[in-house]
Amino acid sequence: MQVRPQKSRAAPFFMGLLRFLVVAVTTYLGLLAVTFFIGRVIPIDPALAIAGDHAPQQILERLRREMHLDQPLYLQFYYYLVSALSGDFGTSVLTTNPVMDDIRRVFPATMELATVGTIIGALFGVPFGVLAAVRRNSFIDQIVRVIGLVGYSVPVFWLAMVSLVIFYAKLNWVAYPGRIDIAYEYSFTPITGFFLLDSALQGQWDVFWDVFRHIILPASLLGYFSLAYISRMTRSFMLSELGQEYIVAARAKGLSETRVIWGHALRSAAVPLITVIALSYAGLLEGSVLTEIVFSWPGIGFYITSSLRNADMNAVLGGTIVVGTVFIGINLISDLLYRTLDPRTRRK
Amino acid sequence: MMMTKMNRGLRALSAGVALSLLLMAAPNAYAATPKDTLVEGFAFDDILSMDPAEAYELSAAEITGNTYSLLVRLDINDTSKIKGDLAESWSVSDDHLTYTFKLKPGLKFASGNPITAEDVAWSFERVVKLNKSPAFILTQFGITGDNVTEKAKATDANTFTFTVDKPYAPSFVLNCLTATVAEVVDKKLVLQHVKPATPTADYKYDNDFGNSWLKTGFAGSGPFKLREWRANEAVVLERNDNYYGEKAKLNRVIYRFMKESSAQRLALENGDIDIARNLSPTDLQAVEKNAQLASTSAPKGTIYYMSLNQKNANLAKPDVQQAFKYLVDYDAIGKTLIKGIGEIHQTFEPKGMLGSLDENPFKLDVAKAKELLAKAGLPNGFSITMDVRSIEPDTGIATAIQQTLGQAGIKVEIIPGDGKQKLTKYRARNHDIYFGNWGPDYWDPHSNADTFTTNDDNSDTSSNKTLVWRNTWTTPELEKLAKAALFEGDAAKRGAMYQDIQKKFLEASPFIILYQQTEVAGYRKDVKDFKLGPSFDNNFVWPISK
Repeated sequence: MQVRPQKSRAAPFFMGLLRFLVVAVTTYLGLLAVTFFIGRVIPIDPALAIAGDHAPQQILERLRREMHLDQPLYLQFYYYLVSALSGDFGTSVLTTNPVMDDIRRVFPATMELATVGTIIGALFGVPFGVLAAVRRNSFIDQIVRVIGLVGYSVPVFWLAMVSLVIFYAKLNWVAYPGRIDIAYEYSFTPITGFFLLDSALQGQWDVFWDVFRHIILPASLLGYFSLAYISRMTRSFMLSELGQEYIVAARAKGLSETRVIWGHALRSAAVPLITVIALSYAGLLEGSVLTEIVFSWPGIGFYITSSLRNADMNAVLGGTIVVGTVFIGINLISDLLYRTLDPRTRRK
Repeated sequence: MMMTKMNRGLRALSAGVALSLLLMAAPNAYAATPKDTLVEGFAFDDILSMDPAEAYELSAAEITGNTYSLLVRLDINDTSKIKGDLAESWSVSDDHLTYTFKLKPGLKFASGNPITAEDVAWSFERVVKLNKSPAFILTQFGITGDNVTEKAKATDANTFTFTVDKPYAPSFVLNCLTATVAEVVDKKLVLQHVKPATPTADYKYDNDFGNSWLKTGFAGSGPFKLREWRANEAVVLERNDNYYGEKAKLNRVIYRFMKESSAQRLALENGDIDIARNLSPTDLQAVEKNAQLASTSAPKGTIYYMSLNQKNANLAKPDVQQAFKYLVDYDAIGKTLIKGIGEIHQTFEPKGMLGSLDENPFKLDVAKAKELLAKAGLPNGFSITMDVRSIEPDTGIATAIQQTLGQAGIKVEIIPGDGKQKLTKYRARNHDIYFGNWGPDYWDPHSNADTFTTNDDNSDTSSNKTLVWRNTWTTPELEKLAKAALFEGDAAKRGAMYQDIQKKFLEASPFIILYQQTEVAGYRKDVKDFKLGPSFDNNFVWPISK
């Protein structure tokens, strides 16, 4: 039998990267085209949106010329593509800043919210999933399933409103709205844009507490939604691990049940779980729009929706591209992590 | 054994949950705003610029009204009168062409720069040359980029003269000068931020007159200065210690962006904001019942109306137009949908404006409407669409009207949509029926009389897209009367002329005017001297204390 020449271990890795790049570039162009044309198809005149109800016609026409709106659609797309590919998404009509500056400012808010949300989701979701798997079909399993089901089926904005009424209006446990109280807004200088981190780094614990009181409710809600997904996936990964022979062997060796479950089975399930958690993180980054609106959270979702309301198409397109980039990026990272951590996937 | 292990896991888990709940429940200083700061919850998503030469939205008017000074202002206790702001006195030449203003002595901008007539002249010059949306309020007096330095000029450090092209009624000219577009900017300061511009066919100047900086910057002299405006997040004002008049009582005023009425009410009840500015009738009632809260209101210039596009043959029949006016249950709408936030008003000049007419002749009368429809040859009614912004109370009112129109056989399909989307369609004259609102551009009866009567070019490409144009209607007789009223020097006679126009307008027009907006606000009882003004630029925050 002929021995096949051994391939370099790096080759599949780079092949994967290459394939990913092709997909990413195509996705990008698609994203640019779709968002651009949707932006132009909606029955809103962007020049009129800026000029307002009372503006005289000549001012409108001047604005249209300035915004290239008098040009054919393909030319408008060309102008847009050229500036977008050079990283320039133009100026936001609403904030008057370059769109990229705005995004640089609002994106950390979304990231902080999604990060805390994912941490909460994973912190509760993984143990819940493990418990449900270990006690398969038991009462605990049912409860975890119900929790997951509710997380899947209840609309996020509804849950957000209800939780606001309970925890903010009735109990007054948490702060609302926004990200930080006005009392601190002008005495606190962010460094990284992650307020929890920044206030802790500067030892401003009163600010930290205030930020915590602002973030805990929206992050818990987002965490709940990722919990639903994470716990369900953990459960199924654990079930497949617990049926493996090495678990039987480990038990036979007399290892404690705790070590068998949390040490052996969970460790093996950890690899696919990382992908699950990363994907749910990406999901929260792009999917927190409604949460941000209900909680007046000045993040990217809030930014894109208010831009959309104002027909501020530069901002909408820029924001969409950034969210798309992050989604593609996190996909890549989790994919690579998966390949690196689990050798089996490389052999396929 | 497994059970105990798992129980341990569970215990750890529940301990975690308990701990986080405990953290949230930790002693919570009852949320309250700082003593020297006023926080208003306000839906100011209409703001696009803070430059007085460009800003043309209600919320922006409120901010610049508190941060900039004008030559003259409306007397908020009697809006048919004018009083001096920067101007100590003014005189009008006998031919009604030249207005001379003497400035008060020792005036200063927030920057510390002195306010001179030169600043006033340059403020007018930049408005006219920039030619943004509100510029027509000044350019309608025959002022162009070429003649503005002559027509609006400083004759000495304290004297400013303004020359108009025709002998308009002085009340008209002065009222226009109370509009935010005439706010005075700090020339020296703005010049430091001017950006070069490339002259084009549309814009022949080589600089932007500081417009890009002033969109978010500040160069005024009002009781407050603008510290920061972050779109859809916050507007922060700080007291201007250089203000020449009575100093503001509070150090800081923060407008916090909050879109929803219910969210504003929650935050108000919890003390996170001092004033809630966008309350629905339901939330307003809840606020009124709360012992810690109070509410206030003021009639505003905005009127809500329904208009019938004359491109639709059925809607062009005078009897049909008249029938529509009898197919609205004004009383029911007044008692429910706009309770506290509006008042039935059927003529186009809002209450409080010179020439306003307090006549509401129309009531729901289905029998009469049916008669009119039969006369128009439509005894069984017809089908029609109505464009409405999908916000309250608009959609509620539209639905109510849909129901009463149905009683006479007129089947209405409501097409809801975003405000900007509706406006695009309305200005393209593609609607059948439009339901919406209109606020005067400046506090003078001509503003509304003009838009509700003038249509000098009914073609689709007209450059003057007034409300009558948008509905493809022409009314040459009323248009002529409205133009004549512009030149009546006697304010009382002038008012009577507008009343006459409105009476004729009530008799025959494709406009069903429904009500005038009442602005409401809920506030915490520790807020003192909070009052809403007659227009948005008169919602002053400087008298407020806590």
